[in-house]
Amino acid sequence: MKKIINDPSTVVEESLRGMASAHPDLIRVQLDPAVVVRADAPVSRKVAVISGGGAGHEPMHGGFVGKGMLDAACPGHVFTSPTPDQVQAALAMTDGGVGALLIVKNYTGDVLNFETAAELAEADDIEVRTVVIDDDVAVTDSLYTAGRRGVGGTLLLEKVVGAAAERGVDLDGCEALARKVIGQVRSMGLALASGIVPHAGVPGFTLADDEIELGIGIHGEPGRRRVPLGTADEMVKSLLDPILEDLPFAEGDRVLLFTNSMGGTPLIELYLAHGIAERLLAERGIVVERRLVGPFVTSLEMQGMSLTLLRLDDELVDLWDAPVHTAALRWGV
Amino acid sequence: MACSAHGVAVVMRAASQMLEEHRVELSTLDREIGDGDHGENMNRGFGALVAALERDAPDSPGGVLKLVATTLISKVGGAAGPLYGTAFLRAATAVKDASELDAGLVAKALRAALDGVIARGKAERGDKTMVDALLPAVQAAEEAAERGEDVPVLLRVAADAAAEGADSTVLVLARKGRASYLGERSIGHMDPGARSTALLLRTFADVASGAR
Repeated sequence: MKKIINDPSTVVEESLRGMASAHPDLIRVQLDPAVVVRADAPVSRKVAVISGGGAGHEPMHGGFVGKGMLDAACPGHVFTSPTPDQVQAALAMTDGGVGALLIVKNYTGDVLNFETAAELAEADDIEVRTVVIDDDVAVTDSLYTAGRRGVGGTLLLEKVVGAAAERGVDLDGCEALARKVIGQVRSMGLALASGIVPHAGVPGFTLADDEIELGIGIHGEPGRRRVPLGTADEMVKSLLDPILEDLPFAEGDRVLLFTNSMGGTPLIELYLAHGIAERLLAERGIVVERRLVGPFVTSLEMQGMSLTLLRLDDELVDLWDAPVHTAALRWGV
Repeated sequence: MACSAHGVAVVMRAASQMLEEHRVELSTLDREIGDGDHGENMNRGFGALVAALERDAPDSPGGVLKLVATTLISKVGGAAGPLYGTAFLRAATAVKDASELDAGLVAKALRAALDGVIARGKAERGDKTMVDALLPAVQAAEEAAERGEDVPVLLRVAADAAAEGADSTVLVLARKGRASYLGERSIGHMDPGARSTALLLRTFADVASGAR
């Protein structure tokens, strides 16, 4: 393992310190318990939008803290959910008096810790609502599984709901909007090579030169299936087809297409893949109205990509276009 | 033989040492079917617990168990933090303010811990989780208490049952937690949570019998 680190056990803390020095205009960082909050928090009479999850997915979530998106992010250890006291601290630091919406990715650890935090918040007189995002179509939903994972769609959810909260939409409205977005966003990812968790020092899984993992999550876990490496066209199709079938998306649908690098795939390949995805969608008569391309929801240096499709309407387009001023997403300001 | 607050604290220090020794093993098990941090997280949590016990050791077994719970919840993260935290919290509640734990109370605490884990994690036996180790352990402990065995024997039979339960997870398809995302590929790997549960019970038993 070669990484620019001092000590595996202090990676997250040192990274947060650096992030604070890089963006003093946008965020403040507290270290114990670890919370990233927008510089002007708490914003009076504004619903606080809070998310969190393990570190290792940068820029998610700290990179999405700021005007028009998240009020706070709670970073856990690498690939480990945050603890309830981090969420409690985030709630206290962002409480504008009109409640908070917690955006949780559907992973057992995240759900359990946020659930515990929400229970504790009741005692602090902060009205808290929780939404769980589960956009990953790689995991079939059934009685027996813990359900789908929350992956790339989380960013789109945070942007849209963050914009609504910034405009003064109340807690009920923010929660309803979040549920609407969760209902119409779908993702799937693949990996060409695993990332390396700093304290493990070895890859989460190893693949032969001619293999890929299809249906990966964002925590270095192996995917749903191991399949032969194909052409870029074939790989993009293998992500897009299950997404399109799942909702299902239909001819004439307006969508936002988010082409995401898992961290180790460079933009030259990502743009190439994005172009293929746009072409395949056009062939199906699906109208790509908005797009986002880049490494936003990553898994350390995992090589690979994910595609996320959000079905749009005028309300969602308007909220997507609304100004956002964060470390990783910035427009309209 | 009964177990005092000091005894519970000694057990927890031994558990911390054990988790340090098994840190890599647990993370490796977790890497095969999850995300590879279970050993790291448990080691961090129990390390923080030892530090907390240094600062202020509670004077009742229930008090120590509650300190275990709150420390694990705030330091472990992942699914293990809330699950083990809930287990120890329920155990603390079950023994109330008893100054010493006899076999009956230990069995009661273990049952409460199991109920807490099931309530939080919504897992059943056979889902390939820590329940597969904890549930048979609790049954064995309750039977031992019925028979009038003392604490060391009770913990030994519980640890034996937990080890067997953890072994049984190897052949099972995961239906809960991150391993469930692997589907059939989760078969052939031991569940790391079941393994850590078995290791903890083995440590409790070893300390109680003077073997550790």
